[in-house]
Amino acid sequence: MTTTRKAQLVVFAAALALGMASAVAEAKEKVKVGFIGPLSGGTSSNGLGGRNSADLAVTLRNADPNAKYEYELTVLDDECKPDKGVQAATKMAADKDVIAAATHYCSAVAIATVDVYNRFGLPVVVWGAVLPDITYGNDYKEVHRVNGTMINQNETAAKFMTGLGYKTWAVIHDTTDYGKGHNKYFSQFVTENGGKILGTFGVTADQQDFTAELTKIKSLKPEVLYFGGLTPIGVRIRAQMEKLGLEAQFEGTSGIVSDTFIEGAAGLAEGVVAFREGAPTEKLPGGMYFTEQYGKKGYSEPAEAYGAFAFAAMNLILDTIEAQGPNRKKVRAALNGVQGHDSIVGEISFDDHGQNTVALITKYVIQDGKWTLWEDSEYASGKRKLKGQ
Amino acid sequence: MDVGLFSQYVMNGLMLGMMYALVAVGFTLFFGVLDVINFSHGDVLMVGSFTGLATYLGLDALGVVWPVFQLTAVLAAATLAMALLGAAIARYLVLPLKSAPALNTLLITLMLGTVLREGIRLFYPEGANPKPFPALLPTDATALGNFNLRTDNLIMLLAGLVVIVGVHLLINRTKLGLAIRAVAQDEETAKTMGINFNLVVLVTFAIGSALAAFAGIMNGLYYNETNFGIGLLLGVIGFSSAIIGGLGNIYGAIIGGFLFAALQTVGAVALPFASAYKDVFAFGVVILIMAWRPTGLISEKVSERV
Repeated sequence: MTTTRKAQLVVFAAALALGMASAVAEAKEKVKVGFIGPLSGGTSSNGLGGRNSADLAVTLRNADPNAKYEYELTVLDDECKPDKGVQAATKMAADKDVIAAATHYCSAVAIATVDVYNRFGLPVVVWGAVLPDITYGNDYKEVHRVNGTMINQNETAAKFMTGLGYKTWAVIHDTTDYGKGHNKYFSQFVTENGGKILGTFGVTADQQDFTAELTKIKSLKPEVLYFGGLTPIGVRIRAQMEKLGLEAQFEGTSGIVSDTFIEGAAGLAEGVVAFREGAPTEKLPGGMYFTEQYGKKGYSEPAEAYGAFAFAAMNLILDTIEAQGPNRKKVRAALNGVQGHDSIVGEISFDDHGQNTVALITKYVIQDGKWTLWEDSEYASGKRKLKGQ
Repeated sequence: MDVGLFSQYVMNGLMLGMMYALVAVGFTLFFGVLDVINFSHGDVLMVGSFTGLATYLGLDALGVVWPVFQLTAVLAAATLAMALLGAAIARYLVLPLKSAPALNTLLITLMLGTVLREGIRLFYPEGANPKPFPALLPTDATALGNFNLRTDNLIMLLAGLVVIVGVHLLINRTKLGLAIRAVAQDEETAKTMGINFNLVVLVTFAIGSALAAFAGIMNGLYYNETNFGIGLLLGVIGFSSAIIGGLGNIYGAIIGGFLFAALQTVGAVALPFASAYKDVFAFGVVILIMAWRPTGLISEKVSERV
């Protein structure tokens, strides 16, 4: 075969492929939906897991012959930084073809972007950020959230840890809205439950050196070190605790529930406890289905702790668009009225602030390099012991 | 405060101070020979740290697991590569702008810093994420009351001290040092005395940048982590340290580095308000020192600089 003929064949094949693609497109109207999360930076594993999960929801819907529209997912990176988040949110919201979006893992970013969504009238469903004010701090009809808030999380954390017999805490929190919120609610609930906070230390979200704070904490001799912040500095604090010989139990929040924390802290991760709202994926009503589908698609990154919520958020958006048509205003109104909507994270019901009412909080402990359900762990059965027990 | 706790604070402060001093010496060397401020210095440190990490990963992939050799190779690769980078910065960015206003050099090096930072972020595999840095030094520790004395910290402090003494000897006891001092004092006279001005500048930039690479490796070994952003704050702190010590004076830079670390530690420990303000406190004091002694704690004698 000569080169010319080869080239002709290629052109012919390409034309055929194009024709087929346009034939499909003609059959269904294209609708754009969005996803924003931290795709780079220290918390990117959660962002990538969330993106894959949202992508999975879109792919499965497009494969469904009963779907009315063909969906296209627009993905943007917020880097877990408020300024970048606002840029991404503005870009997403200004694109009138995007009907709705699943947005943000980081609370500091989510709280910074709510005004943008309100101004541009883009309905969003938050899939991972836990700061209460994102839904409760405003009356924006555009903002919804499928996952719970840090209020419930810290209430359970305080009750659980005091229940184990711990009495004294030192608190390190980052000084973003996220860390400050955790500090506020945890301190409140732990004091109510008879615990005592010996010292509170605010640190910047990208601080490198914690030796001064940790040395001071060492002199306070707390039984538990509570850390309200995200994975990157969580790893640093855990490593530097060891270097200074600080022997306190490390207690984190949902912000460190990620495989990256275990990788980063390596051997020091063992016995770290943390809490997260919602049931673990494998115990969710549709968890098996989600895990199976996620596995089938062969994504290179794991779904991580909030993947199921990103999937549920995107599915809720798609269901609403199917019912209401690709119209921001109609989708927004329908989302505000969601009650008892079936999803893989259980029934979704939004209150008048667009907040899903999930009361369930899961307790985790790291055992043998895995986030293990407290109830299933050897720590609960007494075979292994947390520090100071 | 008991002795153990106090020793721990001192140790924490010394480790930080050593890193700051190494960075500050670079700033002061550059300013000494050319009267320029090289704002890409902090990012050169960061690139040095990543060069070391990449060398380690490369050796690891080849199956070399002998820590002494690994550490030597990591240090050699990082310092040599950064010495070359430093000389290249001097040759292609700083020297061509020698007769232009100093502001131009400041801006062009600031831009270069951003390029280096973003380059690592975008082109190093998953460069946006914090990278675990291997522990290549013995990690055993002795607990003395509240003081946790770690062998690796001790080795790093001693190594830092050796490097600083080495720089001191190089500047004061060698012919090269004499040439550097001559150029710093008077460029024209030095030239007429047969000193190769361009070569001295290149060598000075190479030495300063190698020191930054050393500090970068130390930073990685101390925290067992490195990321593309470490150079930003270390650069600003190193520059401030050089300023409070007296820009152009090596001993001033060293004192400045340790002083800044002490201020940060005091800010985090002794002040009643939250430790989140320790940097605000430290930089605040730097501003006061600059207002009190605009030429730094140890200012250069004007007569030497004519």
